[in-house]
Amino acid sequence: MSNDPIISVRELSKCFGDFIAVDRISFDVARGEIFGFLGANGAGKTTAMRMLCGLSYPSSGSGTVAGFDVMREGERIKRRIGYMSQRFSLYDDLTVMENIRLYAGIYGLTRRQMLRRAVTVLDRLQFRSEADTLVGGLPLGWKQKLAFSVAMLHQPEVVFLDEPTGGVDPVTRRQFWELIYEAVADGTTVFITTHYMDEAEYCSRVSIMVDGQIRALGVPADLKRQFAVQTMDEVFRTLARGAKRSE
Amino acid sequence: MRILRFLLEKELRQFIRNPFLPKVAVVFPLMVMLVIPWVTTMDVRHINVAVVDHDRSSVSRRLIQKITASDYFTLRGVEEQYGIALERLEDGEVDAIVELPDGFEHSFLGGPAERVRISANGVNAVKGSLGMQYLLQVVNQTVLEWRGEYGVGTYSDPVEIQYRYNPTLNYRYYMIPALMIMLIIMLCGFLPALNMVGEKETGTIEQINVTPVSRLAFTLAKLIPFWIIGLGVLSLAMLLAWLIYGLVPEGSFGAIYLAAALFILTMSGIGVVAANYSSNMQQTMFVMFFFVMIFVLMSGLITPVESMPAWGQWITRFLPPCYFVEIMRGIYLKGASIGDLWSDYIALSLFALLFNGWAALSYRKQS
Amino acid sequence: MRKSFGSFVRKETLHILRDGRTMMIVLLMPVVQMILFGFAISNEVNNIDVGVVVPHPTESVRQAIERISSNPYFTFKGYLSADRIDQALRQGEVDAVVVFADDYDRQMDAFSRGEGGEKAIQIVIDASDTNTASAGAVYLKSVLLEGHAGVVSPETHLLYNPQMKSAYSFVPGIMGMIFMLICAIMTSVSIVREKETGTMEVLLVSPVRPLWIVSAKMIPYFTLSCLNLLSILLLARFVLEVPMSGNLISIVGVSMLYLILALAFGLFISTVAQRQATALLISAMLLLFPIIMLSGMAFPVENMPGILQVVSCVVPTRWYIDAVRKLMIEGLPFVAVLKEFFILVGMTLMLLTVALRKFNDKLE
Repeated sequence: MSNDPIISVRELSKCFGDFIAVDRISFDVARGEIFGFLGANGAGKTTAMRMLCGLSYPSSGSGTVAGFDVMREGERIKRRIGYMSQRFSLYDDLTVMENIRLYAGIYGLTRRQMLRRAVTVLDRLQFRSEADTLVGGLPLGWKQKLAFSVAMLHQPEVVFLDEPTGGVDPVTRRQFWELIYEAVADGTTVFITTHYMDEAEYCSRVSIMVDGQIRALGVPADLKRQFAVQTMDEVFRTLARGAKRSE
Repeated sequence: MRILRFLLEKELRQFIRNPFLPKVAVVFPLMVMLVIPWVTTMDVRHINVAVVDHDRSSVSRRLIQKITASDYFTLRGVEEQYGIALERLEDGEVDAIVELPDGFEHSFLGGPAERVRISANGVNAVKGSLGMQYLLQVVNQTVLEWRGEYGVGTYSDPVEIQYRYNPTLNYRYYMIPALMIMLIIMLCGFLPALNMVGEKETGTIEQINVTPVSRLAFTLAKLIPFWIIGLGVLSLAMLLAWLIYGLVPEGSFGAIYLAAALFILTMSGIGVVAANYSSNMQQTMFVMFFFVMIFVLMSGLITPVESMPAWGQWITRFLPPCYFVEIMRGIYLKGASIGDLWSDYIALSLFALLFNGWAALSYRKQS
Repeated sequence: MRKSFGSFVRKETLHILRDGRTMMIVLLMPVVQMILFGFAISNEVNNIDVGVVVPHPTESVRQAIERISSNPYFTFKGYLSADRIDQALRQGEVDAVVVFADDYDRQMDAFSRGEGGEKAIQIVIDASDTNTASAGAVYLKSVLLEGHAGVVSPETHLLYNPQMKSAYSFVPGIMGMIFMLICAIMTSVSIVREKETGTMEVLLVSPVRPLWIVSAKMIPYFTLSCLNLLSILLLARFVLEVPMSGNLISIVGVSMLYLILALAFGLFISTVAQRQATALLISAMLLLFPIIMLSGMAFPVENMPGILQVVSCVVPTRWYIDAVRKLMIEGLPFVAVLKEFFILVGMTLMLLTVALRKFNDKLE
């Protein structure tokens, strides 16, 4: 494993007509980090993340993910990343097992690998009895944990999580973070957006976006010291106060 | 292409598990094949006839008698002038007019040729044209009998008409292949479009877009299930046509399935293209409605393409169903072979290629 | 209360206005249909391609062929050999083949003298298109026998536009279909869409009563339909030249009633369907198709078998088309459509009651 940053972004921008959703952002993410990508609604987090995942072309600037260019090598990036979006996006009308099979197949896992990982996932989530339940019938928290596990199925180098814990109860959120720590322990880099500032404290480093620009970047403890406040929540509010855009 | 297998498995499971779609795929063909032929087939009886008799001869009296007696006609009156009868036709009281010229009888006794004039209201085309034909038969029959009685030589018709491929002029045989085509247009056009745009609306497509699945594989996974369903629906419709109406294709099944395979692909391709350019179901549906409407109305399914003005006929060349209509009627009724219809097959292949290529290209994983 | 209702209406209107493509199609659809029906589509038998088989060309055969090729209904496609008849018909090269007998002249003379004998002419016509075949054969025959004494040589006319009436007899049918399409299908889909995305629940907890929420959804579609009504009436009056003498108010009145009925239908569908796709399929296949087939817009009701005639009575569009036909095409006064009017009123009330009851049931 090299010491090059797994994600490296320089002056990355995205415009929709006159609207500049992401405005020349630059940052690096090292391997094995939990990188928190914070910002208010409409700050441009999701747009930036979509560019990194090869879902959206940058308007200008450059970036690499796992060593591949986000502009030209989107499809190669997709082999190496996992992604879980804020909208729950497994198939409601397929069972837990069928969803696992589908994505295992898509990522080219062999039958044996698929079965082994499926068992691991189901055991870790204590989902064995629910293997043949339609996903649509599961509670939201369970769905989110399953979606995360499915995004990790092919052991990606980096996993992108877009507000994964939205609308989930505190206990499940805690369990969800345990899953994230396990993933990091296995060597995966985690790139996560969130609204919960207590979650920001769990990150190795965070960036805070306001109006399409990154206004703060660093280790949570450093940021708190820099802004001379006690919590990340206060850091965030100090920065967000000047925002022109909001939903 | 191993990925395609997993995607197909997913699509088929989703289809079967849907509480509504499998029923539609069975009930809709059943409904169409059971009900519509009875709607479009017209048991033409009680045609309202007016006779304009300028001849006032024994032939004309005999004709009026025969019309009165026939089950097929209802005599609405004997008029003095054609104009009066025409007015009644325009009012809808009368469907057809027979005008016997002065000297009609005399023409069979060596006089100059005189012509019977038969006019029918063509707004209801079937009733009009069949009525005209029945009337002509009655006139011929009457003259024949009259000649026999008066000993003016034997009369027979010098023209023999052979209605090839549908000797009984059964209108259902004309409509049934068209109904099968309409079924395919509706099911194989709408269902893939709804399916594709449905994934957009629920957001599941985003999860697919972030995987290394190729655009072609994903598009094929959307097309192939409906291809199978379409062929199944066609088979069901063909079975019903045989069981209920006794209609079996004159030509080969292979030729029908080949054409259907191409046409279904074309229709699903159009559906997926429409979905790729839309952001929600309502939009997709209206785009599809617009094209389906033009397809159904202009492809010769209900009214013949030959009857259109030149500009209309020119437009039909760009409508894929036109070629399929030609093929289906050709094979089903005329027993045509692929060799006879090769140009239509080529046209359908090109359309299938065009729309499916377009479908794969217009599906964007990265915007 | 009124203010929040207004804001709901504005929200719905914005939804529609922002979707330019749908708007365009909704407004364009009736126009295209009017033009297609008015100018492109007809049942008239036309352009029949004729080939001939002539074993012995004589002067009278030449004259007969000349009569065919100079006739506007037929296109003379040339000479065929007798063994190619079937192939030419199957490939669609020709629609009909006229086979002259070996001794055509002698046979025709015999017929003229009333002696009879073998056939002088055989017409082989492609009957896969039944209508064209039956009318075409009769017409072809009369052209061939023109001027021969002693044979019944009929002159036949299929009158398509006695007084130009059929040119626009389809207008009521289009109206019946378009309004059902826009009001019933669009409203049902847009209500079910809100159910699917969960925004319906948000609306339902607002202080506005459910009935008002639904009405707010319907008003923009109602307005759109009114625009369509306007464009159809304008096209009918100025392009197709439908007289529409003095009955405009009754036509508009009956149409408004029908629009409300269609909206009620949409509401009903939205209570049955849980998903947009289901609502669409119910509308398209179980509503639109029967309407086209059973309402008499494409196929006359009087020709259907008894059972289907009874079924067609349940299709509201049938009564609407009847009423508009009487008012618009036949120029009858409003009194003449009282029956249709009251049937439509009855159906509307019934549908509204059922739909609203179901809608309220669903909420509890």
